[in-house]
Amino acid sequence: MLISFYAAPRVSSRFYPVMLRNLLVWRKLAIPSIVGNIAEPLITLVAFGYGLGSMIGRIDGLPYVTYLASGSIAVSCALAATFEALYSAFSRMHVQKTWESIMNAPIALDDIVFAEMLWAAFKSMFSVGAIMIVIAVLNISRAPSMVLALPVLAFVGVTFASIALVFNALARGYDFFTYYFTLMLTPMTFLSGVYFPIEQMPAWLQGFARVLPLTAAVELVRPLMIGEMPANWLGPIAVLAAYAAGGYYLALVLTRRRFFK
Amino acid sequence: MPEPIFRIDGLHKRFGDNLVVDNLSLQIQPGECLGVIGPNGAGKTTTIRMCLGQTAPDSGRIEAFGLPIPDRVREAKKRIGVVTQFDSLDPDFTCAENLRVYGRYFGLPRQVIEERIPKLLEFSALQAKAGARPGELSGGMKRRLSLGRALINDPDLLLLDEPTTGLDPQARHLMWERLQNLLQQGKSILLTTHFMDEAERLCDRLLVLDHGRKIAEGTPRGLIREHLETDVIEVYGDGAKLAAQGHGALASRVETSGETVFFYLSDPKPLLDVLASNHSVHYLHRPANLEDLFLKLTGRQIRDE
Repeated sequence: MLISFYAAPRVSSRFYPVMLRNLLVWRKLAIPSIVGNIAEPLITLVAFGYGLGSMIGRIDGLPYVTYLASGSIAVSCALAATFEALYSAFSRMHVQKTWESIMNAPIALDDIVFAEMLWAAFKSMFSVGAIMIVIAVLNISRAPSMVLALPVLAFVGVTFASIALVFNALARGYDFFTYYFTLMLTPMTFLSGVYFPIEQMPAWLQGFARVLPLTAAVELVRPLMIGEMPANWLGPIAVLAAYAAGGYYLALVLTRRRFFK
Repeated sequence: MPEPIFRIDGLHKRFGDNLVVDNLSLQIQPGECLGVIGPNGAGKTTTIRMCLGQTAPDSGRIEAFGLPIPDRVREAKKRIGVVTQFDSLDPDFTCAENLRVYGRYFGLPRQVIEERIPKLLEFSALQAKAGARPGELSGGMKRRLSLGRALINDPDLLLLDEPTTGLDPQARHLMWERLQNLLQQGKSILLTTHFMDEAERLCDRLLVLDHGRKIAEGTPRGLIREHLETDVIEVYGDGAKLAAQGHGALASRVETSGETVFFYLSDPKPLLDVLASNHSVHYLHRPANLEDLFLKLTGRQIRDE
């Protein structure tokens, strides 16, 4: 069962009780978590969308609040998955030694990493659901195609959970995650066409922005949120898939090294 | 002799330049408690990690129930219970939930888990704490819950890494009683410990490990007989070192540690007579024990990992 660090992922159905464990813990904290999930986007959309939006007017033919909401749902999804796969997974892996105790049962590390990735993506869907409700209630959009954004956002959650697990595997403490947030994730949100179109940026930066996973996510999600089909879907899906697969594999290799050195 | 339930042959493990486990072999018979004692850094925890497939040996063979490890560790783990040195209970779950969630990791049917939970809570003397979270438990309770959790799959073999470290005497005695109870049920135990009275009380056989090597193996009594004189007289106080110089010839071995002089001897009477007339020293006469053996074999210097 002990496998080479670089072996392909070996996942069995045993990942499920690990995911279920996380769900049971979350259930105990669900109410404050859901309140936060709804209140946060509500405040942001009202303040920035309507407040700032009334000064900005329309972007790409959309009212600013619609532009902002349809993009920031992808950011919230990415952030929720990231938080879970960084801070919460690190608590379980390193602080509480939960992973070690799970591995004393007939469950392999590969199963645990897979479960954590899937769980973080699953959890990000609670944020997504809450924002969709806010968007619908405020009548920012009630397009039926919003339903199609759900599987796309689930995949965005998988992608960002996988990337976050790479940093989880490398971390020696919580402080390390500050690098990822301030140096990578925060700049990415400004480069990905969430708050303003990437066409506003210099050409060289646009090229860079187009290979960012969040840009790909926004390109797919924004049209679906407002009742259109993405004009270009193959490229963004390829970008997301590359980050998801690459991130997951790298996370697995680094986590194996961390545990089985 | 029946087939051993667990065996290690010629195990080696190196971390960088450091040989942590050096040609270790051992066997555990069904129903037996094998104790592994050794100073910090002797390779005890690394050996247990290899037994669980959590780190790969450089060479050597490990077999549990005839299953090679790490190749078939998943099957082997279904019949193994583990208590690690540090508590890894789930802080967000109650005692009962800790047991339930852990049972699911073994793929046990819900009904089996639900039947076992009250029994294990009783075994852990935690019936009254079923709804409490680990943060509300004392150190001894947490250890007992860890032991109860390790029993959720009704294992044949228990791997216990320093199960009583950090417990007060009451909690330690209760733990020993539970472990003896498990041995009576026919379970096999591999136990690492720093406590010689624990090793003596629980273990059928002991293995002394130092610098990754097995330096002695046998029953607790047998090892003491083989390596030590029958009696020890500890002399302490102002005149102790003077006594050591004057009466060393009365003992077969003399060791000094700080202000105390240890006389190892098989005929204590001559030295006792001398000491009885010397009022400047305090002394204690006792039979040789495992701690003496341990110190003889591994030395008195401090090991800081």
